[in-house]
Amino acid sequence: MLAELSVALWRGTREGRYETYRVPQRESQTVLDIVTFVQRHIDPTLSYRFACRVGVCGSCAMTVNGRPRWTCRTHVAKVAGSGRLQIGPLQNLPVIKDLATDMQPFFEKWQQAQGVFAPSKTRHDTIEQIRPDSAARRAADAAIECINCGVCHAACDTVRWNPDYVGPAPLNRAWTLVNDVRDAGNRARLQAVSGTGGCHSCHSHQSCQELCPQTLNPTASIAALKRRTAAAYLKGEITV
Amino acid sequence: MNVRLYVWQRATAALMLPLVLVHIAVIFYATQRGFSAAEILSRTRGSIAWACFYGLFVAAAAIHAAIGVRNVLSEWSPLKDRSAGLFAILFGLALLGFGARAVTAVVLG
Repeated sequence: MLAELSVALWRGTREGRYETYRVPQRESQTVLDIVTFVQRHIDPTLSYRFACRVGVCGSCAMTVNGRPRWTCRTHVAKVAGSGRLQIGPLQNLPVIKDLATDMQPFFEKWQQAQGVFAPSKTRHDTIEQIRPDSAARRAADAAIECINCGVCHAACDTVRWNPDYVGPAPLNRAWTLVNDVRDAGNRARLQAVSGTGGCHSCHSHQSCQELCPQTLNPTASIAALKRRTAAAYLKGEITV
Repeated sequence: MNVRLYVWQRATAALMLPLVLVHIAVIFYATQRGFSAAEILSRTRGSIAWACFYGLFVAAAAIHAAIGVRNVLSEWSPLKDRSAGLFAILFGLALLGFGARAVTAVVLG
């Protein structure tokens, strides 16, 4: 007979409760496997979000035993050592239903931080030559593998208590673009991340870098942005 | 917090670092030597150097602490940024006033 795991899943929207389900345990089982089992075999009304199942798309992040995680790459054996598994929606975002959150506020903050590439050339210009070992490219490479999963946003204390704060992922993205020599939007970007709710609101608690599934370090990117914007402010390139 | 407040807070912190070390060293020196209040005041009164030292210390501390209090209020209290900023200015001015009074007492007497 298969061993069973007792799993508590959030049901509802902002108001709701955790309901407990019995799910058979399997070898190499992920948290997403658990959620999928419940929806396909126990309660088809359970709502959650996923796409690729292999840690690329960033769709399936949820709160697992109190911590935000990408559920498709989180093994049950890693997080349910005590035999307890509680799965809820990501924190710091509105809940649509059950385990699915509304990511719109998260992506609006990417726009707010000017986390969008601003081209400096047209298709008729020659392609920019970029040395992979240049300091700027190394800095961009260190931060560029973000999959927009929202784990850092959900993990951040400052996001929770300061609604103006744009958060770790948009600032991390802004830092990659600041180091992209092809980008033409840096003055506006540095200006955008220097105001209220920008990079200087970060308290460097480092929850983002501790929980980032891609092992990125948004805290380091934000610290670098603080230095870069301070220098730009002192040179008069940006204002407050 | 914005970049202007950030620069002011970091600059005053950098300024206070050596001042705090000297201040602590002075405390140790005075207590180790067993100086009385009168002996300490006889060294500080009329001293332009101590007036500058502690005057700078008080100004830096007032700015640094006021920015910190503004952040705490805007993040943890129902006050909006503007109200928190106003309260922080008053707090900084109070620190400056109390500090200036203490420096004056020690240096002028």
